[in-house]
Amino acid sequence: MNVTSYPCPLPDGSSAEEYALAFKRGAAQRLLIIPALFDEGHRMRRLCIDVMRRLDGSGIDCILPDLPGTNESKADLGTLALADWAAAASAAASHFGATHVLAIRGGGLVVPAGLPGWRYGPVKGASLLRTLIRARVLSSRDAGREENGEGLLIEAQEHGIELAGYRLSAAMVQQMQAAQPNAELAEIEQDLLGGSPLWLRAEPDADAAQADALAAYLTMAIRG
Amino acid sequence: MRSHTDKQLRRILTDVLGLKPGQADDFGADTGLFGHLPELDSMAVAGLLTEMEDRLDIVIEDDEVDGELLETYGNLLAFAEAKREAA
Repeated sequence: MNVTSYPCPLPDGSSAEEYALAFKRGAAQRLLIIPALFDEGHRMRRLCIDVMRRLDGSGIDCILPDLPGTNESKADLGTLALADWAAAASAAASHFGATHVLAIRGGGLVVPAGLPGWRYGPVKGASLLRTLIRARVLSSRDAGREENGEGLLIEAQEHGIELAGYRLSAAMVQQMQAAQPNAELAEIEQDLLGGSPLWLRAEPDADAAQADALAAYLTMAIRG
Repeated sequence: MRSHTDKQLRRILTDVLGLKPGQADDFGADTGLFGHLPELDSMAVAGLLTEMEDRLDIVIEDDEVDGELLETYGNLLAFAEAKREAA
């Protein structure tokens, strides 16, 4: 496994080097994994890496890029919108010469056009946003402040908002609210992996059996 | 005999809390949830509520969510069943 980077376009017209984890051995098949968004990205990261290790063992290259404004990125999340993440995913796909794509959860909202692949646990942007807003209302209430979810959403679409520690621009909120998961990718159902979805876990967890099942399915599907 | 809502709610809690299959079968009406299970922070509760909406086909308003609702399994189940009857 290598830590590498890719040139990522930013909204101000500049470009930044964003990190990516890569297993690259010059294979003919290269899978780009688009990570889940926000807190779910952390909860799904272990599964992503476990699947990548297994695919590497099967001779399939794979890349997991950081989206700008996440992980080690220097970009200010508060200046970005969903379209910038889509541009980043496209830039990573082209830089690494991806032949296939796997979108995890909200990653399905920013899939590059034209690549065959799969979506696992696809979710509407509005649903992710609703959960984040609800978490904020609940933690505010714990702190003795009453907030209203609908009111917060309206305000967020105009002025942006901070949710679960993520500073979201107004454009990010508007685009999230409207975003639908990519419909061209084939869906991977939870039943195929067995167990229960790791993004739902209150505490981040690993599941070797799920990683085995997902990697086995992808290996067969990619090899054709 | 457990209701369909009861079974689904146990399944949702199994997924959110990462319980072993069957572990939620031991939940009784008095089993403590929020405040008793350290895993349930506000993000986890928000995820739990969204998952309940999706799987039980109900809408949960913010002002319906209070400490009492999440205090015990029995309270949460009674809420979910009332919501489904009203739907």
